[in-house]
Amino acid sequence: MTSMLTTPTRLRKSREASETRFKWFGRGAIALSLAFLVFMVGSIILQGKGALTTSEIAVTVDLSADNIDPNDIEATSFDSLMKKSLRETFPEVTSRGDKRKLYGLLSVDLGFELRDQIIADPSLLGGPQKLWFTASDDADLVLSGTVDRNLDEENRRMSDLEISWLETLEQSDSTNREFNTKFFTNGDSREPELAGILSALMGSILTLSVCFFVSFPIAILAAIYLEEFAPKNRLSQFIEVNINNLAAVPSIVFGLLGLAMLLNTFGLPRSTPLVGGLVLSLMTLPTIIIAARASLRAVPPSIREAALGMGASPVQATFHHVAPLALPGILTGTIVGMAQALGETAPLLMIGMVAFIADVPSSIVEPAAALPVQIFLWADASERAFVEKTSAAIIVLLVFLVLMNLMAIYLRKKFEKRF
Amino acid sequence: MNNIVTEMSGAASVQNKPAVNKAPIFTAKNVDVYYGAKQALDKINLDIPRNKVTSLIGPSGCGKSTFLRCLNRMNDLVDICRVEGDIQLEGQDIYAPEVDVVALRQHVGMVFQKPNPFPKSIYDNIAYGPRIHGLTSSKSELDDIVEWSLQRAGLWKEVSDRLQEPGTGLSGGQQQRLCIARAIAVRPEVILMDEPCSALDPIATATIEELIDELREKFTIVIVTHSMQQAARVSQRTAFFHLGNLVETGATKTLFTSPEDERTQNYITGRIG
Amino acid sequence: MSPENAATAAKLNITAGNRSKTVEMIVTGVLIACSLVAILVTVGIVFSLLFESLRFFERVPMSEFLFGTKWSPQTALRADQVAADGAFGAVPLITGTLLISFIAMCVATPLGLFSAIYLSEYASKRTRDWVKPLLEILAGIPTVVYGFFAALVVAPMLRSTGESVGLNVSSESALAAGLIMGVMIIPLISSLSDDVINAVPQSLRDASLGLGSTDSETIRNVILPAAIPGIAGSLLLAASRAIGETMIVVMAAGLAANLTANPLEAVTTITAQIVALLTGDQEFDSAKTLSAFALGLLLFIVTLILNVISLKIVNKYREQYD
Repeated sequence: MTSMLTTPTRLRKSREASETRFKWFGRGAIALSLAFLVFMVGSIILQGKGALTTSEIAVTVDLSADNIDPNDIEATSFDSLMKKSLRETFPEVTSRGDKRKLYGLLSVDLGFELRDQIIADPSLLGGPQKLWFTASDDADLVLSGTVDRNLDEENRRMSDLEISWLETLEQSDSTNREFNTKFFTNGDSREPELAGILSALMGSILTLSVCFFVSFPIAILAAIYLEEFAPKNRLSQFIEVNINNLAAVPSIVFGLLGLAMLLNTFGLPRSTPLVGGLVLSLMTLPTIIIAARASLRAVPPSIREAALGMGASPVQATFHHVAPLALPGILTGTIVGMAQALGETAPLLMIGMVAFIADVPSSIVEPAAALPVQIFLWADASERAFVEKTSAAIIVLLVFLVLMNLMAIYLRKKFEKRF
Repeated sequence: MNNIVTEMSGAASVQNKPAVNKAPIFTAKNVDVYYGAKQALDKINLDIPRNKVTSLIGPSGCGKSTFLRCLNRMNDLVDICRVEGDIQLEGQDIYAPEVDVVALRQHVGMVFQKPNPFPKSIYDNIAYGPRIHGLTSSKSELDDIVEWSLQRAGLWKEVSDRLQEPGTGLSGGQQQRLCIARAIAVRPEVILMDEPCSALDPIATATIEELIDELREKFTIVIVTHSMQQAARVSQRTAFFHLGNLVETGATKTLFTSPEDERTQNYITGRIG
Repeated sequence: MSPENAATAAKLNITAGNRSKTVEMIVTGVLIACSLVAILVTVGIVFSLLFESLRFFERVPMSEFLFGTKWSPQTALRADQVAADGAFGAVPLITGTLLISFIAMCVATPLGLFSAIYLSEYASKRTRDWVKPLLEILAGIPTVVYGFFAALVVAPMLRSTGESVGLNVSSESALAAGLIMGVMIIPLISSLSDDVINAVPQSLRDASLGLGSTDSETIRNVILPAAIPGIAGSLLLAASRAIGETMIVVMAAGLAANLTANPLEAVTTITAQIVALLTGDQEFDSAKTLSAFALGLLLFIVTLILNVISLKIVNKYREQYD
């Protein structure tokens, strides 16, 4: 009979098979979920990589006194000078249409770029100079190899003629790829090659600051009240139910609240970090309260008893002893809440933070964009080059989220105390 | 190897030899148990005689429950637990790699300290084991097993009219008898009981003790108890554990009246505990 | 006063300490005020939604809104145009929302549940410590990223797969949005179910294993039945999350208000329409703008009901095993 311990019956074999199957379902579910994560983040990183470098094209410009009056630089028509220089580089181009295409190799800002370079270094003046200019988005896609040059002409935005120009430039060492600083120092732009995330990033930072300064103190005090002082009555129960429900209300509803209350009733300025931050703070409030209550609860009653036993008042015991011990946990919860707020898009759309904002905002009452909203806007743009930009902006957003979460994990590990 | 196993089990099997089998059902040799780096049992040598009640006694933390849980490998559930040495059930090493834990536990059932009925009906609690082990082929057979188990556990009269009610609705003592019924429903050879009465009142305890005595004719029972009176009442053999050592083992009467070891003497007279 | 005098003269004062009662009262008052903010927010949401919705229902009868099957809120170019206010039947939006949420739940329920089961019942502590945070990352990724990915990668992929087997998949299909939303809520289901499964007392596992059942039999016959209420609660919470999700559907599901159950077609959802109605310039008293608030109210009520039920279930479940 005990041989049954080692020689399995048929039933036992099928039971073991179903056990193995069940286990593999579990492994498969986890593998599938994680594979998706890797696939998504990986493909975004691969796509966004291209936006971190940008193409430059060198053009020889005659900066002699014939073209630029050294005493009155500003009087020059930089745009026409640039166009003239381009025509001289490719003298064979004659038709109007082709000329326009030729100018299109460079970014529309070519005149400004020339002016800025001259003002930065007036010693350039006097003769012909080989200067570098930002390539247009379409030229950049060809130069970086993102768009295949051997593709059928109808399937790409650049004609064979334009590509032949680019190849001439490449052969004369007049093209270059370098780290795209503009992406981090420019605001938004209609031109993909000039578009940057600085305005959106500043907008996000201002919005999050408002969010933090509003939600953190309110949340921490509310948590202290509910956990340490609130009598167990109907009111505190009602507040508790309220907080739990608020945590699960769809974010867009908070946007509607912001629109109806903050903008229409109180008349706060539209599209600003002030309103955005207020709306986000209402959303993060429950998250922080719940986290703060959990870490207050983790402080053992013996600490309270010790303080009360020495004659401290309940308020003193809480603020001198319990709250400081719970602070790391509360901070961790706050950072997690802030990270959520940083990625939140829908409520910001409701309060008008979707406008095209090229300028970097400097105060919380100026119109601003935010990083996730910028991603949303770029994802909607039709130019091919914005796909790269969107992915790159996502990478920046993810980097910030990772940093915040690492900070939270660090805090948790450092202050993790077993009471 | 397989041959030897079959031969040995054939020789030891109850069915093949209707006459009373004197060979112990369990033999433990040099059993060491470690939790991580901490040693919980040290060189335990113990035989469990068949169709008798063996009680394991000793102060808390002495390793008696640990030893009990070695016998059906419930210790496998504890990640850091390591068992060394040799434990044989009917001459077969239960820690051999080819042994199937699931089959082992079908033969060596267990009743736990706190009654733990499944949150299902009384009927389903009992029927669960026979179902997964495929012991029955029809509904009426299953009904018979349920009735037989409840009869043996002395619970049939109390619950026969409400088999579909949840098992969690019974009183503590009834729940524990339900757990015993559940354990015997899969017809194990051995039933391990880990302080089965510690959560019960004295009247319920008395009922369970009577039950244990009756079950002895069909099953081998190993019971861990912290009550020396209980050990004296229900068991024929007793093993005394102290600080991870098996101090003394023998017939219950002898052990309680004339212990050989001083530590046993101290324990049964209440000087250590 | 000399020390001895102080000892004899000072009668033990146990009725009033030297601390300021007023300060304590002010502090307590501030604390109460802060916790009332939570109620204030709820009240604010309810009132602003209700107020604007009532203005909407003055123009469009509620029955038309709830049971109408045509949604085209375009305001007319000229004010005197016929049917200047468009049609406001929310049924296609509701079905679209349900369709996408259903697809999402079909993806997330098996993946989330099996992940939770494996992590809580099979995985070693080390695996758990690694895998759990990795899964949580899925919940931490902003939804706008999922939306971008769904629109840019998943939708074209589905479209070309569909073409190769002869199916016409819309470029903004409910399927793409639903699949991605499903992935997003996997960690929600897995972590909530994990908690619930862990709360099932060890004694039940012991009992089942002690009878000689395998791990999977124990899980299916004992643990899952015991954990069902809690798991149901977590699924409801996930469903409410799916219904309220905005960015994925805005970017991947589109704005075509089709009344269809075909996941390969484009549908629109309540949240996508709210965004479409309220972004850009708007007059605040057109029926078009106000209808967004009526949709918002509908969304709020539905998700609130789901949340209240699921929180009730989960709490009751916790008490049962505490």
